[in-house]
Amino acid sequence: MDSEKPKKAPAASQARRQFLLESARMACGVGLLGIGIGLYAKQAKALPPLAIRPPGALAEKAFLGACVRCGMCVRDCPYDILSLATPDQPVATGTPYFVARELPCEMCVDIPCVKACPTGALDHSLTDINKSKMGLAVLVDQENCLNFLGLRCDICYRVCPVIDKAITLEQQLNARTGKHALFIPVVHSDACTGCGKCEKACPLPVAAIKVYPTELAKGEPGKHYRLGWVEQQKAGGSLVAPDVPHQYNLPEGMRYEPGKGLMPSEAPPAAPGSQPAVPKALQGGKL
Amino acid sequence: MTPERIGAEAVAAKGWLGAHKWLLLRRASQLSILALFLLGPLAGVWIVKGNLTFSYTLDILPLTDPYILLQTLLTGHMPEVKAFVGAAIVLVFYLLVGGRAFCAWVCPVNMVTDAAAWLRQRLGIKGGAHISRKTRYWILALTLLLAALTGTLAWELVNPVSMFHRGIIFGLGATWAVILALFLLELFVMQDGWCGRLCPVGAFYSLIGKVSLVRAAAVNRAACNDCMDCFAVCPEPQVIRPALKGVDGAGPVILAANCTNCGRCIDVCSKDVFVFGTRFGSKVDKVSPPVKSMAPVCK
Repeated sequence: MDSEKPKKAPAASQARRQFLLESARMACGVGLLGIGIGLYAKQAKALPPLAIRPPGALAEKAFLGACVRCGMCVRDCPYDILSLATPDQPVATGTPYFVARELPCEMCVDIPCVKACPTGALDHSLTDINKSKMGLAVLVDQENCLNFLGLRCDICYRVCPVIDKAITLEQQLNARTGKHALFIPVVHSDACTGCGKCEKACPLPVAAIKVYPTELAKGEPGKHYRLGWVEQQKAGGSLVAPDVPHQYNLPEGMRYEPGKGLMPSEAPPAAPGSQPAVPKALQGGKL
Repeated sequence: MTPERIGAEAVAAKGWLGAHKWLLLRRASQLSILALFLLGPLAGVWIVKGNLTFSYTLDILPLTDPYILLQTLLTGHMPEVKAFVGAAIVLVFYLLVGGRAFCAWVCPVNMVTDAAAWLRQRLGIKGGAHISRKTRYWILALTLLLAALTGTLAWELVNPVSMFHRGIIFGLGATWAVILALFLLELFVMQDGWCGRLCPVGAFYSLIGKVSLVRAAAVNRAACNDCMDCFAVCPEPQVIRPALKGVDGAGPVILAANCTNCGRCIDVCSKDVFVFGTRFGSKVDKVSPPVKSMAPVCK
């Protein structure tokens, strides 16, 4: 405080030196803290697969910037399925989530959780709950799924709030018995909301169908991929050259049938009145 | 151990109640705010929903922590209007009652650090690590920088203030360990460690405190008998000296931004030197020449 007057310049430089030293000290100490928190924040961006965000949640990284962890969505959920993560849980501290196997989303038509969100971390443009994408159901265990084993469990299909759109049952031949059908539950990502009802209802001790965050569950085709048959349908005809029936170069009197192979081009017409070839023993009469 | 405890003179002069008036009011404020928040989850009476980062009272009054709103904006996200309205109300409120009034009257961590400080004094624990009270501003800058760089509310992953309040209302989990660590830091490692040196939330509110209206003032400083109890009890003792001692001709109003308006100095003073007033109260004191350093006096 009381700087000696005659030595003003050195005192000023001393003060400057002190200031710089102090600043360097702070920058280093606080910088270390920053690196720690920064790395922790990077890890916290990886949402564990079992934690599902409420309807309308922004993509995880944007969500972690937008959600202020106020818990309004938790409070306005009439079924109390949401909770805020505590620091010992693997979900970013304070953010809302639910675990489908414990309590799935009931898909309220008025979506009160989204309305309650003050920051838009739950996107207010979501007004139709059937359009929500909380996650995506995946039939992860095809070895133990009862329908895959040939039983008619069908529970996931039956409980689905978007039945016949989000989950359909696709009939296949049961190769084990050779004569029965398998009714394979197939999830359609365009309709699945990720509510988790299927996972909750799966009767196995550990669910064979599970809801995962969409970015974990969903594959993505190459941007240049086109499905020929879809394009053909869109164009109303072949996109390359007009389809010409294939000309086979076949032995005379033969024709080709897909799946059957070569066969006589036309069966000789059966002579009217002629008997079918019946073994002699069965023709009756005496031998 | 000191033979006489802080405020003993005041208790003798004003009675126990008189010497603990502001402390009791503060605890009542802190606890009733917690009670309001807990009334919903515990008793099903929903007056207030949410927590200190954002709350909604009686389905009409939004309140947003401006500090967390600022971080959210820095991540590049544009919140709903309701959040801005809530932050504006909170800003105006603390511009009136004092920026760090949040720390002394609302923040639940204050009760933890006060308990540690009380125990520290009773056990006669002295010394410990010393770091500058400016550290909090560096940490404040760091938290804002982290929000901008990571695009997420990185600080909110570890912020003990919001974590504790949220924990009390929505379930503590391992938050108790964080709070215990703060308590022990305060008790053994650093006096005024968290609230006085590290906490960026308090640092943010102190920026509001630079211009806030309600201030404690040493209006009766002529009666000061230098018992030093106010310095001993104050969580930010550096704020008292200019006003009490008229350093560089300073007026009696405590203008320093880090005064938390806790009123402890009023309680422990047997001579009733301090009162609450407004920052413009310094007009009264005309004896001093123009103030040099403590800039924001009224013009």
